[in-house]
Amino acid sequence: MAKKLITVTVNGKQHESAVEPRTLLVHYLREELNLTGAHIGCETSHCGACTVDIDGQSVKSCTHLAVQCDGSEVLTVEGLANKGVLHAVQEAFYQEHGLQCGFCTPGMLVRSYRLLQENPNPTEEEIRIGISGNLCRCTGYQNIVKAVQSAARKLQEAATAAA
Amino acid sequence: MNAPTDNAEARELALAGMGASRLRKEDARFIQGKGNYVDDLKLPGMLHMDIVRAPVAHARIKRINKEAALAMPGVHAVLTADDLKPLKLHWMPTLAGDVAAVLADEKVHFQMQEVAIVIADDRYIAADAVEAVEVEYEELPVVLDPFEALKPDAPVLREDLAGKTEGAHGKREHHNHIFTWEAGDKAAADAAFDAAPVKVSQHMYYPRVHPCPLETCGCVANFDPIRGELTTHITSQAPHVVRTVVSLLSGIPESKVRIISPDIGGGFGNKVGIYPGYVCAIVASIVLGRPVKWVEDRIENISSTAFARDYHMDGELAATDDGKILGLRVNVVADHGAFDACADPTKFPAGLFHICSGSYDVPAAHASVKGVYTNKAPGGVAYRCSFRVTEAVYLIERMVDVLAQKLGMDKAEIRAKNFIKKEQFPYTSAFGFEYDSGDYHTALQKVLDAVDYKGLRAEQAAKRADPDSPTLMGIGLVTFTEIVGAGPSKMCDILGVGMFDSCEIRVHPTGSAIARMGTITQGQGHQTTYAQIIATELGIPSEVIQVEEGDTSTAPYGLGTYGSRSTPVAGAAIALAARKIHAKAKKIAAHLLEVNENDLDWEVDRFKLKSDDSKFKTMAEISWAAYNQPPEGLEPGLEAVHYYDPPNFTFPFGIYLCVVDIDRATGETKIRRFYALDDCGTRINPMIIDGQIHGGLTEGFAVAMGQQMPFDAQGNLMGNTLMDYFLPTAVETPKWETDFTVTPSPHHPIGAKGVAESPHVGSIPTFTSAVVDAFSHLGVTHLDMPHSSYRLWKSLRDNGAAL
Repeated sequence: MAKKLITVTVNGKQHESAVEPRTLLVHYLREELNLTGAHIGCETSHCGACTVDIDGQSVKSCTHLAVQCDGSEVLTVEGLANKGVLHAVQEAFYQEHGLQCGFCTPGMLVRSYRLLQENPNPTEEEIRIGISGNLCRCTGYQNIVKAVQSAARKLQEAATAAA
Repeated sequence: MNAPTDNAEARELALAGMGASRLRKEDARFIQGKGNYVDDLKLPGMLHMDIVRAPVAHARIKRINKEAALAMPGVHAVLTADDLKPLKLHWMPTLAGDVAAVLADEKVHFQMQEVAIVIADDRYIAADAVEAVEVEYEELPVVLDPFEALKPDAPVLREDLAGKTEGAHGKREHHNHIFTWEAGDKAAADAAFDAAPVKVSQHMYYPRVHPCPLETCGCVANFDPIRGELTTHITSQAPHVVRTVVSLLSGIPESKVRIISPDIGGGFGNKVGIYPGYVCAIVASIVLGRPVKWVEDRIENISSTAFARDYHMDGELAATDDGKILGLRVNVVADHGAFDACADPTKFPAGLFHICSGSYDVPAAHASVKGVYTNKAPGGVAYRCSFRVTEAVYLIERMVDVLAQKLGMDKAEIRAKNFIKKEQFPYTSAFGFEYDSGDYHTALQKVLDAVDYKGLRAEQAAKRADPDSPTLMGIGLVTFTEIVGAGPSKMCDILGVGMFDSCEIRVHPTGSAIARMGTITQGQGHQTTYAQIIATELGIPSEVIQVEEGDTSTAPYGLGTYGSRSTPVAGAAIALAARKIHAKAKKIAAHLLEVNENDLDWEVDRFKLKSDDSKFKTMAEISWAAYNQPPEGLEPGLEAVHYYDPPNFTFPFGIYLCVVDIDRATGETKIRRFYALDDCGTRINPMIIDGQIHGGLTEGFAVAMGQQMPFDAQGNLMGNTLMDYFLPTAVETPKWETDFTVTPSPHHPIGAKGVAESPHVGSIPTFTSAVVDAFSHLGVTHLDMPHSSYRLWKSLRDNGAAL
């Protein structure tokens, strides 16, 4: 199959790649770029384990083509930490025991990261709705919700301190 | 020189040992996308395997044409049963003493059965080639109902068993019959029923469901033709057993087979079995001399690997007029699908179903389970439970509710009346299990007080009195006892290997340590909690204790992680391995202090002189000395291995209460409150316990309220994607309240009983109890799961309660 040339910025680093038009973004990330954080848990866009951030939106990379990302900025779980310092959502998932087997965690974190940009001070209900595109089979979500609440507080405090 | 003597309590706290809500050691890699799951593995020259699956449930294979697929660029091989025949690998033994087709041999037995495999350069080409393999089928009549399957003229499903009247578990009475297994005393139970003034019976169906962990099953098989060594990364909850089976099947010496279970994205019983996909990938790697990756997709996962339950149960209780239970009888017809591949200890084809006398002092009991073949996928795994314990607990808890209803008794009162009393432990049940410990009355009262049970009942009465009430209110109560920690090798084995587990601990010269285990974590947090046990036993900070599992080349042999056996079995192995090291450390300390061992006391992380607090040797000092100045006659080094064969199972218990409000117009159910009290004996890490309970309750909620695997008349599975199969999101999932009591197991070295499955086992009947309770004033005694809105809306209409 003829390949298409795409230019994608992933976690701040620009990549030029020749990909088959049918290559799914999640396979491109995992197999071409060796970014295996995003996982594949279904093929129907339900589980959200493959969630990444494209140009400021949460996207399920298992039903998105790599060629659709030509010229885009993609953020994966590997890009959340900054120079070795964990992002507030990562730290909060650790502190609040918001993960068990870890398989949903990358998608959950990237989604939570975006949710808190969309709504920096969400209610519990807004968090539950906001992460409802991401399934977790281990935690029962209770500690994930706590983690997102905790991260929201930390980010708010940091924003207030900076202002 | 001795370190300054600080406060023992502070030192103990610094260890982060047992009882500490220590944050998880495994999280750092997972939150940064650096987990190491099977599908993350990429090896040089690696090929990809995909599977051609049957679109029909029962058919003869007339012809398979591989030509078009083989002609595709990038396709390396297409293999069918005929190709596996010369290797004698077209069929394989199952854990239950049956055989299962690796690839369909002349005949297809269920929809989505593996028919052929394709090996290609990448997963896209492999998927294309699967489409290009032509298979011609001649359809046969499909049998989906186990009762139909047992009729004299039912189609013969397993032609390969023709003439075999004896199965692995006794006589086969019919061509679709697998076994009939009985427990208890039938004559005693019958006599109890004959004499009893009150009898109740109830039929109930426990639907076929699937554990559905977020990561599907898969492996990367890598046979090195030069060295003759096979390394396979696999999603397995029991890597050592896989190694043994692979060696037996392939003829490769076990010493040249290395099985690695890396990070596992949830198991819940789905990853206990050995599936055709694994076998095929291994064969392909041996045939092609290159690494082969196989990872199933979600539809394949739900359709073909590891269903659970599918029990048609008839329960009966005999009792006195005032509600004292006199006898229990249970008859089960178990749909095992096309091959008997249930993952149970060898001697127990219905697992530990005979825990079905529950938390109650039942004088006489009998259970009979009949296993039957149908045109459905094989499996019968323990979905987040010990073997068939979920079914057993559901049965007895439903029956006690039915009896209470018949007698007009409160469901808390009837339970308290029939509980095994604290002073009766160790208690031998009518089925012969010796319950280790329990204090059910205290736990029940704690829950009733916490939720204001009387207040809830008053509120319910008021709602029932109001004809305009928009909801029906139901209160569910379950007081369950589990049996976990399989198990004593005198009773439990898998393929002849006793169900012990193991631990090897090495303490390094500078005082840190590594522990290697026969189990494998799938989210339970073993790397965190196991280290806590060692920390407490040996006074080494848990932070510097590494825990490794899952690599058969480095870890001691163990039977793996399922059936809540890690803490009861492997946890005991850890404690006892640590105690061997402790004993040696004491000798070294005595040598260093130039005293007799008997002159020493242990305190947190050191041996100190009984007569003089200021003279002591810390574990760090002892570790160093073990490698440079051991006492004469003592080997250098500080390490130990322990294989723990448990003397008995453990019996965790819990009291769960749930309040539901069912919308009379729509059938929608709101879980207003769920209160879960668990007693798992000694608690190692309360934070992790709570997390496990939240997760188990959520899985129980999923099973009770929505999960099922419905088939149409042709045997098509109607719910094999996440569009249809219910996995709750954060929106539907209720909020959980947890509580605990602590009744240690007297026979376990640290008193721990295991916890992660209780919430699944206990919550499912609690939801049913609550839903039925909402209808009980209308004379309803039982409603089968799943309690979906549609089904409850129908129940509302059927019972004249719809608005």
